[in-house]
Amino acid sequence: MHIGIDLGSRTIKVVAFRDGELVDQQLVESGFDPYDQALSMIGRYDAKKIVATGYGRHLAKKHFAHEVITEIKAHAIGARHFFPDCRTIIDIGGQDSKVIALDQHGKVSNFQMNDKCAAGTGRFLEIMAASLGFRLGKFGAAALESGNEVAINSMCTVFAESEVISMKNRGIPVKDIAMGVHLSVVERLVGMLNRVGYGESIVFSGGVARNPCIVQLLQDRLGTVKVESNPSPDLVGALGAALHAGYQQEV
Amino acid sequence: MSTENFEVKAYPEMWAELDMDVPRFDKARQMLGEVYGKMYLTQANRPEKMAYFDNMVSEIFGGRIKEMLEVKKTGKPIVGTFCVYIPEEIVVAAGGVCVGLCGGSAGSIPDAEKILPRNICPMVKSAYGFKAGRICPYFQTVDFVYGETTCDAKKKTWEILDRLVPTYVMEIPQMKKARDRTLWIEEVKDFKAKVEEVCKSEISAADLAEAIKVINNKRKALQRLTALRAASPAPISGKDGLLIEQIAFYDEPVRFAEKVNALCDELEQRVAAGIGVIDVEAPRIMVSGTPMALPNWKVHNLLETAGAVVVNEESCIGTRYFKDLIDENQTDMDRQLAALTDRYMQIDCSCFTPNDERIDQVLKEYRSSKAQGILHYSLQFCHTYNIEEIKIREMCEQEGIPYLSIETDYSPEDVGQLQTRIEAFLEQIRG
Repeated sequence: MHIGIDLGSRTIKVVAFRDGELVDQQLVESGFDPYDQALSMIGRYDAKKIVATGYGRHLAKKHFAHEVITEIKAHAIGARHFFPDCRTIIDIGGQDSKVIALDQHGKVSNFQMNDKCAAGTGRFLEIMAASLGFRLGKFGAAALESGNEVAINSMCTVFAESEVISMKNRGIPVKDIAMGVHLSVVERLVGMLNRVGYGESIVFSGGVARNPCIVQLLQDRLGTVKVESNPSPDLVGALGAALHAGYQQEV
Repeated sequence: MSTENFEVKAYPEMWAELDMDVPRFDKARQMLGEVYGKMYLTQANRPEKMAYFDNMVSEIFGGRIKEMLEVKKTGKPIVGTFCVYIPEEIVVAAGGVCVGLCGGSAGSIPDAEKILPRNICPMVKSAYGFKAGRICPYFQTVDFVYGETTCDAKKKTWEILDRLVPTYVMEIPQMKKARDRTLWIEEVKDFKAKVEEVCKSEISAADLAEAIKVINNKRKALQRLTALRAASPAPISGKDGLLIEQIAFYDEPVRFAEKVNALCDELEQRVAAGIGVIDVEAPRIMVSGTPMALPNWKVHNLLETAGAVVVNEESCIGTRYFKDLIDENQTDMDRQLAALTDRYMQIDCSCFTPNDERIDQVLKEYRSSKAQGILHYSLQFCHTYNIEEIKIREMCEQEGIPYLSIETDYSPEDVGQLQTRIEAFLEQIRG
């Protein structure tokens, strides 16, 4: 079997292929001990080759993985699997947001990542959801019910949280604030897209692609450009790693 | 030398005489030794002649300070600087020592943030903190600091630093017109007068001619080293190259040039025999941007740990310091000072506007170093390099040069993100 494992900052994802067929996939919280977690996830397979990606990739390499690739390359391979003509990828994970440009052959030609702070990442949305009293899974849907948007000016997660608290205390409806939070993420994302450049369609991967408000705001901002995702956007990195394991094997 | 028995040597008695915070500084000394052991002495296939530079690190807080104190005893000036625009030839002509002061460590930043704003350049904060915390023997040894006006953070920090150590300021113009040159020559003359005041004697044209030769030789040795790094496989690591460029700012210049040349002899043999520190497949990266003051090895270490080799530093601690020489044919003082100023005016710092010669220089060095990609490095809050980065990026797009720009400081908190970016950049180059 060819295994791809994506040790992300918030969750660990595993995708397993046998004879070119996707046979298994898993997603669990990284927890306090990502190494133990990862080991228990891959223990069930008879692995011919394991390729690791994500923040914990080097830890995995040290203990069990045969090779590492960056999230950027993994997402490029994974996104192309579903969308073979894809030239632009947005990936928003727990700790970073990235825009990746591919050449016609699917090789990474340019990329942008957020700076070292959490602004515009999944973690940012998670903290804001908690501070506004929403479960993460409902946060985007609630924001879409807003009738009136407000602007969040702070780029820093810590300052944005204070800003959100002061808005709550001025009596601004939480759904409107939620909309403002989503808008601030999309503004940053569009800024990164403009720096890298993009074509007619964009593939959106990473857990945040499940958030309907981010997807809709992004679609609104980009007009005719098509924003598309596969049904399991958070597995794209692990899938890319698994496919990479397979390619290398064939060569 | 192995990792285990390397240490930065301790000189507690001398440090106490220099009014340093000895217990605290001794911890910093141990940490530097450990970091150096891990980052440097574990490298494979290092040239033998790096032993001298390892020793310079070992003696950074001791042997070299002793030498400087010996010079100081004879009444010669010890001048601390923070910029490659301060003409060290003048200090050397007076028989003194010109030293680039400490400013490359996160350890001294909390001292600075007790008084300076947090949102300014980490190098400026680090430098101020070294003096405020009394944790830099160089700062404790200098007669005075000669600052300059190359950025706002420095310019205003000098006023505050002056409360702790006498600090003078050279006005560096922001454009390169004829009238700016006139001002610049006047500023160089003021600097010379200040140096002469400390040593209570006048610098002669013969002294200056000799000093120009000494510093030209040091710069030539560094040029030679840079040219050798263009070979494939690279005969020396980027970390070692950077280290030598950093040591250039505190070592005795004649001896330093000799040792760099001795290393270059060894590297020439390596190149002839096709011996490298890493195989020919390793991606060759040129680093361009803001200076990396010792012990700032963060980006080079990330790049080389990820399997690349750094082949050039287009930086003040790098080629900007040694790419230009002073005309040695002038014999009277006025002409010498004019020739000296002309050389310093060729330095293409982003504090100038316009500064398009730097864009051309980056491309020229990219080609001559046979690099395969450029990593632009900007310290946080360095507005001039951060903005000039736009033009470097555009040039790279136009030329089809793989390019990555990072903005960072001295803290380790973003190492994970930088590692991802750097590895992805190398994946892009490897194709």
